[in-house]
Formats: sequence, C-alpha cells, structure tokens
Amino acid sequence: MAGHASTLTYVAQHHRRRSIEDPLWLKVLLIAIAVGFVSLFLVVPLLSVFVEALRKGVGAYFSAFVDPDTKSAVKLTLLAAAIAVPANLVFGLAASWAIAKFEFPGKSILTTLIDLPFAVSPVISGLVYVLLFGAQGWWGPWLMDHDIRIIFAVPGIVLATVFVTFPFVARELIPLMQAQGKDEELAALTLGASGWQTFRRVTLPNVKWALFYGVILCNARAMGEFGAVSVVSGHIRGETNTVPLHVEILYNEYQTQAAFAVASLLTVLALVTLVLKSLIEWKHAKSVAAASASTTRQFATK
Amino acid sequence: MSIEVRNVWKHFGDFTALAGVSLKVETGKLTALLGPSGSGKTTLLRIIAGLEFADASDDPDWGRVLFHGEDVSNIPAGKRGVGFVFQHYALFKHMTVFENIAFGLTVRPGSARPSKKAIADRVKELLELVQLEKFGGRLPHQLSGGQRQRVALARALAVQPKVLLLDEPFGALDAQVRKDLRRWLRGLHEKLHVTTVFVTHDQEEALELADEVVVMNQAKIEQIGDPQVVYDRPASPFVIEFLGNVNRLVAGLGKLNISNKDVLYVRPHDVEIRRDHAPEHSLRARVLHVFSAGNYGRVTLQRLTTGEPLEAEVPRDQLRSLNLQQGDEVFVVFRHVRLFPKGQFYETDVKDETATEADISGGI
Repeated sequence: MAGHASTLTYVAQHHRRRSIEDPLWLKVLLIAIAVGFVSLFLVVPLLSVFVEALRKGVGAYFSAFVDPDTKSAVKLTLLAAAIAVPANLVFGLAASWAIAKFEFPGKSILTTLIDLPFAVSPVISGLVYVLLFGAQGWWGPWLMDHDIRIIFAVPGIVLATVFVTFPFVARELIPLMQAQGKDEELAALTLGASGWQTFRRVTLPNVKWALFYGVILCNARAMGEFGAVSVVSGHIRGETNTVPLHVEILYNEYQTQAAFAVASLLTVLALVTLVLKSLIEWKHAKSVAAASASTTRQFATK
Repeated sequence: MSIEVRNVWKHFGDFTALAGVSLKVETGKLTALLGPSGSGKTTLLRIIAGLEFADASDDPDWGRVLFHGEDVSNIPAGKRGVGFVFQHYALFKHMTVFENIAFGLTVRPGSARPSKKAIADRVKELLELVQLEKFGGRLPHQLSGGQRQRVALARALAVQPKVLLLDEPFGALDAQVRKDLRRWLRGLHEKLHVTTVFVTHDQEEALELADEVVVMNQAKIEQIGDPQVVYDRPASPFVIEFLGNVNRLVAGLGKLNISNKDVLYVRPHDVEIRRDHAPEHSLRARVLHVFSAGNYGRVTLQRLTTGEPLEAEVPRDQLRSLNLQQGDEVFVVFRHVRLFPKGQFYETDVKDETATEADISGGI
C-alpha cells in the first residue's frame, strides 16, 4: 500500500516537472526565431547603413559632411531641436504637474489632446500648418502682407517639430507623478514652503530621471522627424532642408553613398540615445541602492 | 492653542463628507477623531489643517475654524502653524532623514531662516526626541515603518507648530509596533503638551491614547467625551456598537416594561452565566462554544426563545467551576444594560434621556 502511494507521488512529481519545463527542441526553436527576427529587422539594417556609408572608403565618407548643403541641414536640425526640446520640456512639466496634482474641468480632454500628435499621421500635422500659415491658408494673406514667412521657412519647420514631439516629456511624467500622489507636496506646504519651493525641492527631484528620459526621447524624435517637416519645408537646399530630408534628396539623386553617410549621423544619434537611456536607468537604480551614504553630506550639498 | 470648529459643511460632488460639524478642542489636549471609514474624520482633520476648506457660506458663523479664538478659516495650511503627519508619512523620498526634518526651517524666507548651525542643532535635538540619533543620514526607504512615522513627527515638530494633527498615525504599522508607538506618543504628548488631534478607526487606540474622544459617523459627530464616558455612557446605538464588543438583543423581556420596541445592549463582561439555580429575571440560553485562552474565557451562547446569539466574558476560575460543555442549557443574567428605542437606530439625535440605563442586580 505504502509502495503504491509513493509510486503515485513519483509519477505526479515527474509529470509536473515535465509540464513546467518545455522540451529542448521547443526552446531552441523559440530562441532561434527571436534571434533571427531581431537580426533581420534590427541588426542587419543598422549594419547596412554603416556598410553602405563606408563603401567608397573613409575619405568619401567624411567628404559627404563637407558639402555645404549637408552642413546647413545639420545646422537646421540642431536649431529645430534646440527650440523644440526646451519648449516641450517646459510644456511637458507644466502639463503633467497640472494633470497629476490638480483637479480641474477639462482635465481628461487635455490628457487626450496631449496624445494627439502620436495619434495623427505626421503628414497631417504638417498639412495643418500649411492650411493655417500657407499662401492660401487662413492667416496666409495677412502674413504675406507683413512679410512674415512661416511655411517653406525655418519657423514652419520648428513649429512642426514642436507639434510632433509634444507628448514625449508629458507622457513620461504624468504616470509617475500620478503614482507619487500629492502628499509630499502637501507636506511641504504645511511646513511653510512656497509653491515654487515645493516644486523645485520636492516635485522636480522626484521626477528628474523620468524628465531626463523624456527629454532624450523628445530630442531623438525632434532630430529624426521626417513626415511633418517634409510637408512644411519646401525642400530648399541649404535653407529649409533638415538632415532626414537631406538624406532623401541625396538618395533620390542616386548619391547612395553620401545618403548613407548622412543617414549614419542619425543612426549614431539613435545609438547614443539608447546608451543614455540605459545609463539613466542604471543610474536611477544605483541612486536608490547606494543611498546609504553617511550623515555629514547633507549640508555640504546645499 | 485651542481649536474650535463651527458648523462646518463639506461636500465632494454629491457626497456629503461633513454635515454641520462643531467641535472644541482645549489647549494642550490630546483628542481622537474616531469613526469608521467614510465618516468624515479625515476631512475634518484636513479642514482644521487648511489642506481642505469648508463649504463657503454667507453666514459668518458657518464653516469657521478658529485657533485660540482667531478665525483662520481662510488662511492656507502653511501659515496656520500646524504640524501635519500624513497617514503614509509623505516623507521626501530623495532627502535624508536630516534633510527631511530640516525642511520646514530651510524653506523660511531669508530673515526668518535660522543659521545652518541653528538648524543642525534643532534637527539633532529632534532626532534625539524621536530616538533616531543615528539615522540622520538614511533615506526614508531605508527605515522601518515605525521609524518613518517618527521622522514624520519630528519633521512636523521642527517648525514648532501650535497644533499637531495626525492622520491615522498608526494605521500602516503592524500590531506590536503600533502598541509601542502609541505608548511612546502618549509620553511625548505629556512632555510637549502641544494641542494634538489624531484620526483613527481603532477604538482601542482612541480610548487608550486620547484625553477626549470624538466619535463620528456619517458626516456627523455622534458623541464627544472622555474615554470613560463614551465607553460607559454611549449616547447612541452607533457609539455602543462601535466601541468594543457588545451583544444586541431585541428586548421583549417582559419585566421592567421593556417592550419589543426597544433594543437592548449588553457588554460581554456584563453577562453572567449561572448553572445551578434559576434567578427570577434570567434568560435561558444554550452553550454553542467555549474559548478559554487568556485571563477571560469567551462563551458563545444562543438565546433559547429567539435564537439570538450572545457572547459572554467569564473569568477563568469561574469558567472552570461552571464546567460548561457544548449544548448545555444555562441561565444568563445581565449586570448592566443600555436600552435604545428601536426606530432611532444610527440616528445622531438620540438624546441621553431616551437611552435608559438599567442596573439590574437581580437580572431581568
């Protein structure tokens, strides 16, 4: 009787182990599919950019950047990002602070609107500005009279970039701020802190890593945006061409090597973004873990 | 610093959180706001703190909060001179314990801000007070719940508040820590004598810790009194049911003109079980279960005539001599009961005279 029972237990255990552990062939198959997929769709295209860019040698690679049109495209891209990123940083902080910490009518509408640039096709985002500011647009005649150029000029490119990168910072911050609640802010207020002191010393430090992360993503998109910018740019070489637009023009003119050389800039940007992102995540984890530093620091850091 | 609350109403949308609450807290007293969740106790505390504001009214005597006779109703939290301890402490996560406690002093405008040395001295003093001298450099997440609670308290005390307000101060702690901290807080209050109001849903905590207990239910105050009074002379069925164990019987006991319209309450320790003889005014009951661990045994009974459950607390030695077995039929005598008219259940306007108190030595 006892032997029978133990046999049953053995069978049951054996059976359970088998049902938890998948067979070897299945594991190998699944891993192979995953690795194959990642290589085919991510690694190979990434490598091909550098291979194509360097096809004619290092000299040809660097000569692509000496071209004045390329230089001007890089400058314009940097300018657009330099305006769009700080603008969306301020906006994202303000919007997420309002949404996460306060109740007001229209809050859910604002939350939805923030996502609009993600939901709408970039081409539409560009067209909207053409319809508003273009020669046949709503305010076009008035702008023409006052000799202000927005469409097919730098302001249009900046506007389109700001619009498209609108959600990045806010979307990183809102969930975090909502999860943190507002007790810390209220505590600061009861202790006599002003609104600004509360924001600077309590709210901001609590979200700094998420903010940083949002800014990096925002920057990557600002520099890489194609669709919306393409519509408002007019593709005037040396004037309204950003780096992604310039890559397209070069490619269409069969300057494949030069196109890939310029494209490699954007690729490097993507890689830097990824490295920074990992660094932030690692730093953040470290700041939580290594917080056992001793007492005496606190006033030195003030 | 005394606190007075006058006719405060508070609505959140359709929900009435406070319905005309008035309250006076004397200087230096430790007062508990006791009630179930949703009774409005936390809202009242936050209105006293200035974190919430009472519904506006044209009547100057409505919706007022007064500190020491001075109207502070429209003064924001930061300027009221209150120390507030949040239920989940709300410590600043990225600051050390030291920085947390110093915060209230460091945010003062230039002229009012103490020197760095004065701040450091004050923080050190407070760290000693809450017995965390060695923890100044830690971050909040490196502390236990009880330690965090004490840091939150020290941070609130750093600005020398005239009033200390605590929202469920022990709610997030486990039972043993809770008891220790409760005793410690009482000691601290004896030392500092800051007017203190705390919110709790734990009747034992309120009765043990407070000088005065404010029992709240459904946006209103049911009763205000010292712990002895609210326990022994509850003003309403709600209070008697909320404060400790109680048996509730729909009376109909014949004698003493107790009609079916009345509800009778008797505490388990006022229930006496007799086996050998049947006194005149006793109930008959059957023993369902006997639980005997600790100084008192707990006996669950069932009233024979109506089937109502009944619980009794009997001293150990008495329980031994009774030798109760499951299913035994016994006689039950009540030493002390309270009666309330049935229709007035959970109504706040049950006046003390409608609650008949009956000391019945011979039973019912």
